[in-house]
Amino acid sequence: MKRLFSLLLIALLLVNLLPVSVFAAEETVTINVYNWGQYIADGTDDSINVIEEFEAAYPNIKVNYMTFDSNESMYTKLKAGGSTFDIIIPSDYMVQKLIEEDMLEQIDFANIPNYQYIDDSFKNLAYDPDNLYSVPYTWGCVGVIYNTKYVDPADVGSWDLLWNEKYAGKILMFDNPRDAFAIAESKLGYDLNTEDSTLLTLAANELREQKPLVQAYVMDQIFDKMERGEAWIAPYYAGDFLLMVEENPDLAFYFPEEGFNLFVDAICIPKGAEHKEAAETFINYLIDPEICAQNLEYLGYSAPSAAAKELMDPELAENPVAYPDEETLAGGTAFMALSQRGTQEMDSLWLTVKTADNSTTVYLILTAVAVVLVVFLWVFFKVRKRRQKARRCAKWKTAQ
Amino acid sequence: MKRKWLSGPYVLWMVLFTLIPLGVVLYFSLTDSMTGEFSLSNLASIVDYWPIFLRSIWLSIFATLICLVIGYPVAYYIAHCKPTTQRLLQMMIMLPMCISFLLRTLAWVALLEDTGIINNFLTSIGLSPLPLIRNNGAVILGMVYNYLPYMILPLFTVIMKIDPRLIEAAEDLGCNRRQVFAKVVLPLSVPGIVSGITMVFVPAVSTFYISQKLGSPGTILIGDVIESQFKAAYNPNLGAALSLVLMVLIFVCIGVMNRFTNDDEESMVTL
Repeated sequence: MKRLFSLLLIALLLVNLLPVSVFAAEETVTINVYNWGQYIADGTDDSINVIEEFEAAYPNIKVNYMTFDSNESMYTKLKAGGSTFDIIIPSDYMVQKLIEEDMLEQIDFANIPNYQYIDDSFKNLAYDPDNLYSVPYTWGCVGVIYNTKYVDPADVGSWDLLWNEKYAGKILMFDNPRDAFAIAESKLGYDLNTEDSTLLTLAANELREQKPLVQAYVMDQIFDKMERGEAWIAPYYAGDFLLMVEENPDLAFYFPEEGFNLFVDAICIPKGAEHKEAAETFINYLIDPEICAQNLEYLGYSAPSAAAKELMDPELAENPVAYPDEETLAGGTAFMALSQRGTQEMDSLWLTVKTADNSTTVYLILTAVAVVLVVFLWVFFKVRKRRQKARRCAKWKTAQ
Repeated sequence: MKRKWLSGPYVLWMVLFTLIPLGVVLYFSLTDSMTGEFSLSNLASIVDYWPIFLRSIWLSIFATLICLVIGYPVAYYIAHCKPTTQRLLQMMIMLPMCISFLLRTLAWVALLEDTGIINNFLTSIGLSPLPLIRNNGAVILGMVYNYLPYMILPLFTVIMKIDPRLIEAAEDLGCNRRQVFAKVVLPLSVPGIVSGITMVFVPAVSTFYISQKLGSPGTILIGDVIESQFKAAYNPNLGAALSLVLMVLIFVCIGVMNRFTNDDEESMVTL
């Protein structure tokens, strides 16, 4: 009995030892992944949970996943320092800006054999002409999502819908300067990459005119608001529409006739990444045709590789929203990085749009009244106090 | 005072985490965001934002006054309850503060939205929905709801400590109930009123989450502008200048308020 017990103990010890020796060979590393919100299949609705699957396939790499809601806020976070990321997934123009500011690490493509599956049309694009810093994740277009229950089909077709007073308070708008200005610029027929001060000012005026009709400037909140019918009209990324329409079948989508933004979101490794090799393993995993197909099937965004597209549900692979025909795509324009001066000008104009105010006079009158009142009360109390004192003195004197 | 060194850790803490950061804010507000050179342009551009400053201050003043009007009777009532009831009521006031401020504001959004609980109920019984959200009223409501406990608690503490013998004396000397309140209770609770107003006004004027969730794009507050400068626009210099001006404005507002109370009161509760 005693011997059996000690044997059992030894067996237990051995079991304990086993995983330790396995892990001792390769140390576990944690990579920090910084991606857009709602931008990876997470296991909901029977989708693949990309991160869990990755961690299962590579047990010595853990993923610490964080999200941002616009290229600009991601840039601010990178610029402010204090946190290190191993993977970021910005859009094209932001990749270009980060390259120009020397904030990206060159990727070692020898570690990413799956890069061969990426279509040639997504290689050497203008934002990364020599293809040293980025691997395309998805691409897509910006269009208008609307609720067919409330929006008259006669009003649909152009960007004018977002300026239609009939739908005041039910319109959502991008909460980042680049996407918002692109809409005004498309509507007015300007180049989406213009840095001309007059044109930017005119676009800002257009946005200011729209402001009283806008319910809110939002990013990821758009999902919730459109799905529940709190808002009826919103410009957003085509892929996200496909996610929303599953929740609310009343939603519809169109590509505005004046033109729209065509974007590529690319995976990059920022400078200061601590586990570059593990990050490259992760990139390689993400663009594996099998994984890419399952991931994008859930996301609704378009795949930059034909191999992945073939593995997808054919219904989605032929969806005209995710994969519009050549004729529609001709209306799309890609963003280029603006110069620092252009970015700053757009930022400050955007701030004037967001802070524009038409109820100023009310507060001005209120303030004037309050100031007069305060001064009056102060004088009143002072005078009364002095009188009281004088009276008390007089009383005291008469008492004497 | 002996044992001055006992306050040493706090002094160190304050220098490290209050005074030095304030110096950094000052430095940022006086430098150019592009070149890093000395410049007054950030402070000069404040003139573009004065309507937002005004709105922030006015909305917070209204919220503070509403808090005072609601909070004073509540505090007065609680102060005159039995100790056991007092503890229960006090806990009820503290209870919402145990839940995250963000969650509580989001709960109001769910209630007030066009497709929210209240409007859904109204439409289901055949009434037309009301514009409950995205206006100044909703922002003030959010402020009042979130900051009311900060008004009640200091008021309650001060009212409870009023010596009942003073009230009895006033009654003995022929004051009726209204006079007792106006001549004894109210003047003695001024310190509570002042600290309550400060505790509500200061966080309300610099808030940004409430106005984003309950307000419309047209009711943006100065806190939103400051937040956007740090979070999205990456212009910490302008953000620093705005927060500096806001700080000065808060001091001015509190200074004006103290002018009225300093004259009558010996002991003052200030910032």
